[in-house]
Amino acid sequence: MDDRHLENIIGNLLRAGVLLAAAVVFSGGVLYLFRFHAQPVHYGVFAPGGAEVRTLPGIFRSAMHGDSLGLMQFGLLLLIATPVARVAMAVAGFALERDRMYVVVSLIVLAVLLFSLMHAT
Amino acid sequence: MSALDFTLVVWVVAAVAGFLGALTGLGGGVVVVPVLALVLGVDIKYAIGASLVSVIATSSGAAAAYVKEGFSNIRIGMLLEIATTVGAVLGAYLAAFTSTHILAIIFGLVLLQSGWQSLASSEPDHGPAIQSDRLARFFRLGGDYPLLDKRQEYGVHNVPTGLGLMFGAGALSGLLGIGSGAVKVIAMDRAMKIPFKVSTTTSNFMIGVTAAASAGVYLSRGYIDPRVAMPVMLGVLAGAFLGTRVLVHARVRTLRIVFGVVVFALAIEMIVNGFLGKV
Repeated sequence: MDDRHLENIIGNLLRAGVLLAAAVVFSGGVLYLFRFHAQPVHYGVFAPGGAEVRTLPGIFRSAMHGDSLGLMQFGLLLLIATPVARVAMAVAGFALERDRMYVVVSLIVLAVLLFSLMHAT
Repeated sequence: MSALDFTLVVWVVAAVAGFLGALTGLGGGVVVVPVLALVLGVDIKYAIGASLVSVIATSSGAAAAYVKEGFSNIRIGMLLEIATTVGAVLGAYLAAFTSTHILAIIFGLVLLQSGWQSLASSEPDHGPAIQSDRLARFFRLGGDYPLLDKRQEYGVHNVPTGLGLMFGAGALSGLLGIGSGAVKVIAMDRAMKIPFKVSTTTSNFMIGVTAAASAGVYLSRGYIDPRVAMPVMLGVLAGAFLGTRVLVHARVRTLRIVFGVVVFALAIEMIVNGFLGKV
């Protein structure tokens, strides 16, 4: 397995991930508009939402309950996960190539990504 | 405005931005944020949260196509991502302590640069350096890319400078919710002497990972509101998909000029409104 072959597999997986995420966001969006289409909206003043859109456990829970905001946010979370998956797959790929230096390099990148996501737990 | 009207308007804006972004290679986020903030009166924090999400969508969505062309270099991308992701996390922290007016002004300045790049774009004239310097050899960064049925080898230089610029690109990305692909290309192409085509495709690969590094912080702060991000993400994806389809037939030169002028106008509006405290 060389770099090119590895990247091809990763590229296709990423595209599938994006399509899946878009499908989930779209279904959540349809549900949201079905329920709230006539509701007036204004986003001029920043007011962060609750745990159901800001933390991973909260998003999972509200998506499970079929809440439209939770479902959209879950789809966006899937999208955010695609680059993380990409880096994780690169770690595995470099390990298969027995390229120790780049296993370490991609592990560092993965650690920074996970550190950022930990804020939302 | 009703939720339905808002969603449809934002979707159309995002689709146009994604379309133009794909055609010009500048990405959609730089247009979405000012339009949301200036025209639709959306708080800039919601706007940059939605933009960040769309940046990930275009980067990951286009990855398969770019890989097939055989230009991107995963080693260069991964090594430089250490710098961009750390920068992005710090930038995302900074965004919370920066007033919206200042964010708007910084955004305007970045827009000016993007507009300039769109108007004055020309591929730089340095030929590929064949030999890598010592540090680049240590990290085995050199590679090859397709050129007239053969594979052209290239070397890589100035890794520390590249890492420094990438840290800046990451910080800008985390602060403003953009891909900052332009800065990434400058770092690779100008500073590290990497061939232009390799720089642009590797930059696309890096943009999504960089954006993901601020996403956790953005999410926990509530910048990513699904009611705003949903139409932006779906619109930018649809536009970018169309954009890559017609890319071959488009008169890119003309488009770049139109895009550049639009971006310039938005830049000035952002800066003026930032100073007036209206954004």
